[in-house]
Amino acid sequence: MNILLLWFHKLGSPPTFYRLAGLLLPWCYGIGLVLGLVALYGGLVLAPRDYQQGDAYRIIFVHVPTAWMSLFAYAFMAANAFIALVWHIKLSEILAIASAPIGAAFTLIALVTGALWGKPMWGTWWTWDARLTSELVLLFLYLGVIGLNAAIEDRRQAARAAGFLALVGIVNLPIVHFSVNWWNTLHQGSTVRLMGPSKIDAAMVWPLLLMALATHIWFFGSVLMRARIALLQLEGGKDWVRRVALDEGAGND
Amino acid sequence: MNPVRKRRLILIALVLAAVGVATGLTVLALQQNMTYLYSPSEVEAGHAPAGARFRLGGVVLEHSIERTRDSLKVDFIVTDRIRQLPVEYTGILPDLFREGQSIVATGTLQGGRFVATEVLAKHDETYMPPEVRDAIEKAKHVEAAGAAPAASTHAAQ
Repeated sequence: MNILLLWFHKLGSPPTFYRLAGLLLPWCYGIGLVLGLVALYGGLVLAPRDYQQGDAYRIIFVHVPTAWMSLFAYAFMAANAFIALVWHIKLSEILAIASAPIGAAFTLIALVTGALWGKPMWGTWWTWDARLTSELVLLFLYLGVIGLNAAIEDRRQAARAAGFLALVGIVNLPIVHFSVNWWNTLHQGSTVRLMGPSKIDAAMVWPLLLMALATHIWFFGSVLMRARIALLQLEGGKDWVRRVALDEGAGND
Repeated sequence: MNPVRKRRLILIALVLAAVGVATGLTVLALQQNMTYLYSPSEVEAGHAPAGARFRLGGVVLEHSIERTRDSLKVDFIVTDRIRQLPVEYTGILPDLFREGQSIVATGTLQGGRFVATEVLAKHDETYMPPEVRDAIEKAKHVEAAGAAPAASTHAAQ
């Protein structure tokens, strides 16, 4: 077995992951929080007003990063579900299920901030265009994964069933992303593009990208936190959990 | 890879491929049927449902907005730069409604006039500070020196 595979196997073992995640966790939350606050200050105070929307456009500094995260979290969940289904790796099952509520929260924030912006700018809270509808379907997929996982008694079977739903639902991701190109939508097209020039001024784009970085780091912190707790619950009777409980119990005295 | 995992991998790949193809076909079918809005040209060609509510999309023609003094009634012309259609609407217009702006109006066609019950402004994906917009306008004017003033200056006001 080569070194990379060996390392991967080690990382996948619950006690190693629990310890490593515990080390990374404060850094994820700390860096995510600091970057997020800087990005928020940059977006709400330093960035100039928009030529058409004035100050109202500033909601994009929350709306766009959370909308990106709603897709990213789903891709992360589906990738882990795929590994869990093929190789039956316990940690992947846990990571997939752990990312579902976080992704659902990001999706909800994207939908709500979009509605808040839509009322004054478009003239409506909601319209059934392709982008908005497919994003709502994404929220329902997340809720479906959470619900299915909660409905089955056996934790590992539940994770695999929910993982299957998560995996099948991945067809919605390209639909959400390309909906503004494929159909005539009220929602505008992509402003920041990987290919070709972005349609946003440089003074406005840096807080946006910084916020995107902050939400990614925060997401990983959040996933690690949930995964650690889920691991303790799943492996409840095992020796390493007992040792962790004794160690941390002693540390708290 | 051991045979059990290989079988699972193939099975999942097949399921994903099947779901992907099914979705792709649905998207293709919807692309032909799912029209969020009709343009003035399509309305004139008779593609819009007669007597039923539909969405009209286009740009508010420059200098076409007429407001009534004692009510919220607004008359304006929507154009796709090929055909024009007069629209009337009573109510509060969104912030982004202005001449030269893309809008989506919902309503019915009544004797050659579109009577809207809802007017939505479509925003484009461009964000820039007012100073940058002014610089671009200035550059355009320099380029078009001698020619008639660009229509976009009116839209900006």
